[in-house]
Amino acid sequence: MAVLFLLLAITLPWILEAVGEGFLITLASRICIYALAAMSLNLILGYGGMISFGHAAYFGVGAYVVGIFAQHGFEGSTVLGITPPNSMALTLPLSMLIAGIAAAILGALCLRTSGAYFIMITLAFAQMLFFLFVSLERYGGDDGIIMLGGRNTLGPLDTTSDTQFYFLCLGPLLAFIFINHRLVRSRFGQVLQACRQNEPRLAALGCNVNHYKLTAFTIAGAVAGLAGGLLANHAEYVSPDYVHWTKSGDLMIMVILGGLGIALGPVVGAAAFLLLEEFLPVFFESMGLPLLKEHWRIVFGPLLICIVLFARGGLLGTVQGRFAPKMPQEMKADEATP
Amino acid sequence: MKKTLLAVAAATLMTTAAYAEPVKIGMITTLSTGAGYLGEDVRDGFLLAVKEEDGKLGGTAVEVMVEDDGRKPGNGKQIADRFLKREKAEIITGVIFSNVSPVVAPIALKAGAFYISPNSAPSLFAGKGCHENYFVASWQNDSLHESAGVYANELGYKNAYILAPNYQAGKDSLAGFKRFFKGEIAGETYTKLGQTDYAAEIAKIRAAKPEMVFQFLPGGMGINFMKQYAQAGLKDSIPLVVSAVSMDDKIMGAVKDAAVGVRSTAHWSMHQDNAANAKFVEGFKAAYGRNPTVYASQGYDTAKLIASALKATGGKVKADADAFRAALKKADFDSVRGEFKFSNNNHPINNWLGQVVEKADDGTITNKIVKVVAPNHVDAYTAQCPLK
Amino acid sequence: MTLFLEQILNGLQLGVFLFLIAAGLTLIFGIMGVINLAHGSLFMVGAYAAAVTTAYTGSFWLGLLAALVAAAITGMVMEIVVMRRLYHRDHLDQVLATFGLILFANEATTMAFGRTPLFMDVPGFLNGSVEIIPGVIYPVYRLVILAVGALVALALFLIIAKTRAGMLIRAGSTNRDMVAVLGLDIALMFTLLFGLGAVFAGLAGAMAAPLVSVEVGMGEQQLILAFVVVVIGGIGSVKGALVGALLVGLVDTLGRAFLPDLLRLFFDSATADGVGAGLSSMSIYILMALILVLRPAGLFPMAGQRH
Repeated sequence: MAVLFLLLAITLPWILEAVGEGFLITLASRICIYALAAMSLNLILGYGGMISFGHAAYFGVGAYVVGIFAQHGFEGSTVLGITPPNSMALTLPLSMLIAGIAAAILGALCLRTSGAYFIMITLAFAQMLFFLFVSLERYGGDDGIIMLGGRNTLGPLDTTSDTQFYFLCLGPLLAFIFINHRLVRSRFGQVLQACRQNEPRLAALGCNVNHYKLTAFTIAGAVAGLAGGLLANHAEYVSPDYVHWTKSGDLMIMVILGGLGIALGPVVGAAAFLLLEEFLPVFFESMGLPLLKEHWRIVFGPLLICIVLFARGGLLGTVQGRFAPKMPQEMKADEATP
Repeated sequence: MKKTLLAVAAATLMTTAAYAEPVKIGMITTLSTGAGYLGEDVRDGFLLAVKEEDGKLGGTAVEVMVEDDGRKPGNGKQIADRFLKREKAEIITGVIFSNVSPVVAPIALKAGAFYISPNSAPSLFAGKGCHENYFVASWQNDSLHESAGVYANELGYKNAYILAPNYQAGKDSLAGFKRFFKGEIAGETYTKLGQTDYAAEIAKIRAAKPEMVFQFLPGGMGINFMKQYAQAGLKDSIPLVVSAVSMDDKIMGAVKDAAVGVRSTAHWSMHQDNAANAKFVEGFKAAYGRNPTVYASQGYDTAKLIASALKATGGKVKADADAFRAALKKADFDSVRGEFKFSNNNHPINNWLGQVVEKADDGTITNKIVKVVAPNHVDAYTAQCPLK
Repeated sequence: MTLFLEQILNGLQLGVFLFLIAAGLTLIFGIMGVINLAHGSLFMVGAYAAAVTTAYTGSFWLGLLAALVAAAITGMVMEIVVMRRLYHRDHLDQVLATFGLILFANEATTMAFGRTPLFMDVPGFLNGSVEIIPGVIYPVYRLVILAVGALVALALFLIIAKTRAGMLIRAGSTNRDMVAVLGLDIALMFTLLFGLGAVFAGLAGAMAAPLVSVEVGMGEQQLILAFVVVVIGGIGSVKGALVGALLVGLVDTLGRAFLPDLLRLFFDSATADGVGAGLSSMSIYILMALILVLRPAGLFPMAGQRH
């Protein structure tokens, strides 16, 4: 199964070329990028039980790091006295670093709360960053940054080639799938999952729960930042829309759609989400339903509700016949404590 | 499959030429948000010209693909990529907003396609950044507002409060107005693009007590502003002098009495007397059952401009780019605004009309032409453009 | 000074809209434990119903009535079809399912009314402005909004403090299971409560319709602000919602009105307005973060909902 998946992923550009749909490779790149972001969210949401409704914030920070460097690079000006880097070998790690720092700071504040308040405060911080980017007049404000100099470079690679760029997105995704696999099985991963199941007991055992949670939050933020940096390069464009709260919602949907707390769930979810978005309109048109073609969301919305209500394990969970571990009833847990 | 991926305008269905591939025209325009009617009117004006020729322009079959950018540059970029790479469009048109065109135009030009704007014309592409394959059938952004500045001078106002949304065209608009307005600026405010409630701004205007207000708030923003401005009781004490886009037929219809007395400048009016305009206004009313706005006239002119060039080259666009370009530049067609000629930067040289909104005895509200205030107005950037 | 007064009135007026939306949200949240992202859609339903009915009949009152009825029906249908299944689910499910509801509501509205916004006029008898104190001229309609907001707040407090229904609401928000044990038809009570919350949101939508353009997605902007209000005030607390709404309304409006002028001392006007608008939008969220860090359960935490 895993080998087949890998083989398909690697040979995809040639398969698409062979069937004459070569332009779909850009869609495949986007799937990889969103899969990476959704996987990072799954780490805290699925394994850690932290319902972050503001994950797009770190995605956006990563994208803005690339965008801001690109704008200065194009103008020939400096950022904080440094000549902006144009190699992905530098810009992407910086995206990760800065998004990670942002996640560490905001996460430390957010983790003071729990339950519904946690959802709202993560949303609020994401909105705050959204308006921060909107107010960055220097970097396009509402309109964002158009990377007029094109994509970042990377060694001898031709990053403008859509096929080569696809592999640049696939690489980090595969790497994180591997890291995630190891992480979940490590002591750290075990504690994280225990947090979700019964936090009070863990705390009673003398475990510094918040420390683990914050570490996971920071890792997730950094990986989301990497995905954001890749998306900025992919689209050659960055805007506050990347941080919009609906983007956070989209990422959550991807995680749930694929299967919460399942390693490859977010990958399947991201693929399903983006493919639906692209082909649901086509499907409706070929069915002779032109009205639904334009208004496909009217089907997508109820579909989402049904998945939440009736297919809790998501696509992968349902296919595998095993359901994801149940989320804790946080409100209930709170009420139980005296 | 490729075709099914796109919203293909009705024009395609009428295409009769089976022997040749139609020329593909990608229209990226704004159909949603409060400014959605701008794109609808550009589209409908454009398609009216196509319909007049039964799916052809200048005797060549065309396929017009229309998509909504939602006023977002990111959407515009995605659609442009699709139109150019997947559909092999040879002409890109339709962009309404000047935050979208700086993204879309370079992509089109890089792909070797022609970019012909029916509306947005930011300064970026009018001066040093002009391009031989970049044409504008409307105006240069600043000219709209420069003419309002000229009109305000003629009306004798000595100071003005000015406001516009905070984006490229908004900044261009205030710069344009100030370039020609000789009085003082009593206050300058930038609002959020798409803002709906202007109470805070109106309070500031009242406090500043200017002689007049100039605002550049196209589409739904303008409708809200005008209504709230009249509700606040300022319409008669502090009159408005605006540009065409802030007082079009749609806004006038929506705000009704609140529009009476507002002065504006425009390069085209429904009431202009020439054969092409009469045919257009009649045809538009018959086809869509409403009055054409200035945007509809621009969409129609854009189609007629393309038609004139297609006719000259026998339907070749990229296949004979030099001939197509030369034919576009000649602008050999009857514009609804009367005479049409390009400046060296491929932007039109317009005659700007001063207008005032009046209420007739039967209660109908019309925008009456007062006089030509800025004849043969050449935009401010043309000298910086190296094109001949 | 007069400008400052006028801006305070504007801020309070935004506060009224936020209170009307947040009141329903906080009740539903506090009593049923449900996060309803689709609450903003009820605001949109109210605005559309008012605009369409007024345009068709020419009567503002019929428009208002239509808005309240349409919002109440939509709210109750929403409760019966979807929300009721979510009471015992965790917050994640609630967030996602109601997110799906937003997609559906927005798209359905687009299909029915198109993408071009609708516009509605201020009713003739409320048009114009009055000089409330010398030098401060203010539109009558906006004054009426303030009055309606004050009335609704008063009525709601009386209902909650004095009536049997209010007692149940208070009891329900502190201990849900207890109320069920009392042998009440809890399902019906929840449906009606949902309808009540919807009526408030619909009222806000109908009152906002003449001031803003009635368009798809208009509810979401209000929704997020209303959530901020609910969280600042403390989930389940109507008093908290009122204080939070006025606080957020004032901070947002005063920030938008005066920050650019302040920043203009340092930047050119385009930059100052951009940064000012950004900062004033951010200020609300900074306020919320500050309050949550200091008081993790909001200003007026309800008993029984400890964290």
